[in-house]
Amino acid sequence: MHTRTRPNWIAGIFAGIWLLIILVPVYVMLRASFESRATYAQKGPLALPSEFTLGNFAYAFDQGFGKFLLNSGIVAIGTVLIVLVLVPPLSFAIVRSRSRSVGVVFRLMLFGLAIPAQVVVIPVFYLIDRIGLYDSLLGVILPTAAFIIPLATLIVSGGMREISNELYEAMAIDGATSVQTFFRLVLPLSKGGLATIIVFSALNAWNGYLLPLVLTRSADLRVATLGLGVFKQEFSLNIPGLMAAIVMTVLPILLIYIFARRALIRGLMGVGGK
Amino acid sequence: MIQSASRGPDRTKRGGLQQAGRPGFAWSLPAVAFFAFFALLPLAVAIYLSFTKYNGIRLLPPKFVGLDNWSRLLTDDALHRSIGVTLTLIVLAVATQLPVSLLIGVWAAGPQRMRALVAALYFIPLLMSTAAVAVLWASLADPNFGVPAVLNGILGPNNVFSNLLGKPATALGLIVFIYLWGASPLHTLIYQGGARAIPEVLYQAASVDGAGRVRQFFSITLPQLKNTIVTSTILMVVGTFTTFDLILILTRGGPSGGTSNLPFFMYDRGVTALDFGYGSVVAVVLIALATVVSVVLVRATRYDEMQGTQEGL
Repeated sequence: MHTRTRPNWIAGIFAGIWLLIILVPVYVMLRASFESRATYAQKGPLALPSEFTLGNFAYAFDQGFGKFLLNSGIVAIGTVLIVLVLVPPLSFAIVRSRSRSVGVVFRLMLFGLAIPAQVVVIPVFYLIDRIGLYDSLLGVILPTAAFIIPLATLIVSGGMREISNELYEAMAIDGATSVQTFFRLVLPLSKGGLATIIVFSALNAWNGYLLPLVLTRSADLRVATLGLGVFKQEFSLNIPGLMAAIVMTVLPILLIYIFARRALIRGLMGVGGK
Repeated sequence: MIQSASRGPDRTKRGGLQQAGRPGFAWSLPAVAFFAFFALLPLAVAIYLSFTKYNGIRLLPPKFVGLDNWSRLLTDDALHRSIGVTLTLIVLAVATQLPVSLLIGVWAAGPQRMRALVAALYFIPLLMSTAAVAVLWASLADPNFGVPAVLNGILGPNNVFSNLLGKPATALGLIVFIYLWGASPLHTLIYQGGARAIPEVLYQAASVDGAGRVRQFFSITLPQLKNTIVTSTILMVVGTFTTFDLILILTRGGPSGGTSNLPFFMYDRGVTALDFGYGSVVAVVLIALATVVSVVLVRATRYDEMQGTQEGL
């Protein structure tokens, strides 16, 4: 598009309006989170910043948000670990195995791509209850990880397909077994895909709502998203407190954005509609 | 790539070195077993539970009731309304998100540095979970403490924004707008990537031929982005189809069921009302619909053809 030098004013204005629509709510959130309830009630949501207090964050912390964030972190890490252990060997088999059954497995994964976890929450509840994991974080982690496997497998196997056949042959000439090929060749060359599925799995677990809502009951097992929902239910009048709680749930993702921007964007693309 | 995917790898003529270091079926077993138990078994359990009376209490196991739950499928007006709400939300979500994210994405793909910076700001809603987006907008839309209170001062009391969540039509409109705010940055990103991949020569050739900006958009950009549009539209449909947390936090399906989509309906009538059997009927309907979407998704994005290119080489 370098050839078109004439500035496109209409598009520019539209893009500017859209930028305002995106940023105004973010501004309201940030400003309110650092302002006392009294100031916020007096000045309304759209005023300029006039005060700086960390009281709302202390309040959100008192409401248990530290614990909720920790629970979300446990669910995210647990989910990532399961996905990381299970998906690379499966992807390796899909890309390199000659077994016919593996083709069936690949089709199964494509089918699984279609089933969102929310849709089967009732039967998942029944199963989790039957194996005695109701009202535990592990009971949330296991199905969350299971529903991530199909897309994670597609991402990782897509990367493994790019590894050239010559490299595999070189390993074979050296007499490498499948285990050696996997650890010395395939895993090191799949780093990009693995980073993507780590972020993708963590985001998915972090954003989950319906599974933890149905699969847990105790207040001290609440994850951050549930905490926000309950907080809004009980204290919808304390808008600065709510905004501080939201900011606290955004911070970890912001850190990923700063330190692993590429993996985050690829992970988000995998998330699709969230 | 002589052999086609459908015939599968030819294993008779190759051997020795070709087989060395290849993984067997066992490599896929742990993941497959795990996936089968937590993701596939629930599908069968949903069908089983849909024929039972079950209220989610361990001491009272599911009791077989035949087609009782299924017969309600035809007569439950609230369920039919939910299907309508679900379809309306999908249509409105695509109709708003597609043009906005397409135009903004193509604009952001331009070479100017400013545009890249602005594109990074568009990204911000993606850092928030749906629950966080829902709570933020619920506060913004609050009639007493949110933006409507400010607008009352400008537009006078009882204007259209005064009680957005009070009427089904405005509540639906607000939900669609929040979808647009929260989800379109992702699609903007997708279109930005797609537009950057369009070969520059095409535009140069069009300029030489005297095609204007609008003409170039419709005869180069749009056709070149065809696959991107298909993928992104399917993602929008799936995302809207399964949205639950936004509706639970913002409207609880109200007013009077006007914003209750199928996932919320399933939660409300199945889990909250402790009628897991009927909830499972809704789940089976949702699974069937999701499967249809999946078939379209696989066809449109050609995931299944990817298999043919390198597998078994």
